[in-house]
Amino acid sequence: MILIDCPYCGEREQSEFTNGGEAHVIRPKNPEALSDKEWGQYVFYRSNPKGIFYERWNHTHGCRKWFNAVRDTSTDTILKIYKLTDNRPDISEFQSSLKSPSGEPAVGSGNFAVKK
Amino acid sequence: MKKKYSFLSLIKNAFTNNENWEKMWESPEPKKGYDVIIVGGGGHGLGTAYYLAKEHGIKNIAVIEKGWLGGGNTGRNTTIIRSNYLWNESANLYDHSVKLWENLSDELNFNMMFSQRGVMNLAHNEHDIKEMKRRISANRLNGLDTQWLDTKQIEELVPIMNTKNLRYPVLGAAFQPRGGVARHDAVAWGYALRSNEMGVDIIQNCEVKDIKTDNYKVEGVNTSKGFIKANKVAVVASGHTSVLAQTAGVKLPLQSRPLQALVSEPIKPVINTVVMSNAVHAYVSQSDKGELVIGAGTDGYNSFTQRGGYDVIEETVRAIVELYPIFGKMKMLRQWGGIVDICPDASPIISKCEVQGLYFNCGWGTGGFKATPGSANVFAHTVAKDEPHKINAAFNLERFSDGRLIDEHGAAAVAH
Repeated sequence: MILIDCPYCGEREQSEFTNGGEAHVIRPKNPEALSDKEWGQYVFYRSNPKGIFYERWNHTHGCRKWFNAVRDTSTDTILKIYKLTDNRPDISEFQSSLKSPSGEPAVGSGNFAVKK
Repeated sequence: MKKKYSFLSLIKNAFTNNENWEKMWESPEPKKGYDVIIVGGGGHGLGTAYYLAKEHGIKNIAVIEKGWLGGGNTGRNTTIIRSNYLWNESANLYDHSVKLWENLSDELNFNMMFSQRGVMNLAHNEHDIKEMKRRISANRLNGLDTQWLDTKQIEELVPIMNTKNLRYPVLGAAFQPRGGVARHDAVAWGYALRSNEMGVDIIQNCEVKDIKTDNYKVEGVNTSKGFIKANKVAVVASGHTSVLAQTAGVKLPLQSRPLQALVSEPIKPVINTVVMSNAVHAYVSQSDKGELVIGAGTDGYNSFTQRGGYDVIEETVRAIVELYPIFGKMKMLRQWGGIVDICPDASPIISKCEVQGLYFNCGWGTGGFKATPGSANVFAHTVAKDEPHKINAAFNLERFSDGRLIDEHGAAAVAH
């Protein structure tokens, strides 16, 4: 269970929130000019990093407002929470806990087959 | 087949306290290069190595696994096997797998403990009934053995089920008698043993850090044991497939999420079939040891932590206790999470990509175990011939541009 600090209501359990997937995905301005492949990329492809991930949350069982978060998906640590009107924080602000793209962090992983 | 297991070998080894069983496979240091490198030593990956060696004559293969064999999702699922999927493409693929399961113990001379005890999908509302009856009709047109059960027939098969006195009463079920469960370790070990006998190198505790490409052609993989050259690289790394694809500059339409399961303390046999319910999200079967094997849902957010949230288990256990009041006082022994790679249409990707010599078998989401032999078989064909087998031709990457999706959200059982 992770705790999420809603910018409007304060810290609540994750089960009160709904995840809205990757943040900062912008709908193409000229869909008619796109190829099928480019349109498919917009509709179906989202980044899925192990590590720093920008995502949207909705406080469904609270204020029902949307906001953004930066979370380390390898440990579920929430690194930053910001409002939709705020600028996207630069990735250099955050430090990834991983040494290799699919490695395991020292703390926070349940993969005991790999953790030493 | 060098190592034969039989009743005699069991007796013989019992006399020496089971301490003299031969090692099943070698653990060599990696060579400088291979014809094919398979990334991921789960059932799908080891199976791919087995069929490449057996059916396509490619022996210079390495399977590289960052943990131990079958320690990922192969060892973290609820081992349910069925093929009652809606669309023709899926029915062909999953039933290809069920047919291979039926002979796998014999083929590998290794007991898969494949038990065709039937799989039941419960209907709890009018929509469920209509959707399932449609699926049964589609299944029957594809030659699958799915049938409709009414509440009385369900009660006869599963007397401990509470069908009436609950929030969402049980109104009927789709039942596939050929479905069942198998032993998860056995499929990984069986394939590892027989592919190793044909010369496949099995390299454990070696992490693939990235895939090296040059001008859209694969060159090899960088691992924790150094660079290994390869003509072809086949990635079967479930939740981590998209992370590895990224290192080769390939984007895949996958999202990785934890999926949880749990087992109870062992009890005497009470349930002799597999019962699944989409609507209240509870599925349960009883293992040969007597433990109830319970599958929970996925967390609602991307994560690689291999743990999962407590509220997800709570929701499942609540539904289980309502459906089976007899389980109300039971204790749960273990809980675990695996990272599943979910595709937008809840169907897998078994495909080549824009990088020459790079292949992906991924996107199995919440239900890859059932497909292990079938998926490995057609993936080996795809890797060997550089073109898909007719069974997996539709499970390509192009479907996310041309719109020929294979939407199996209804049959996938765990809501994606």
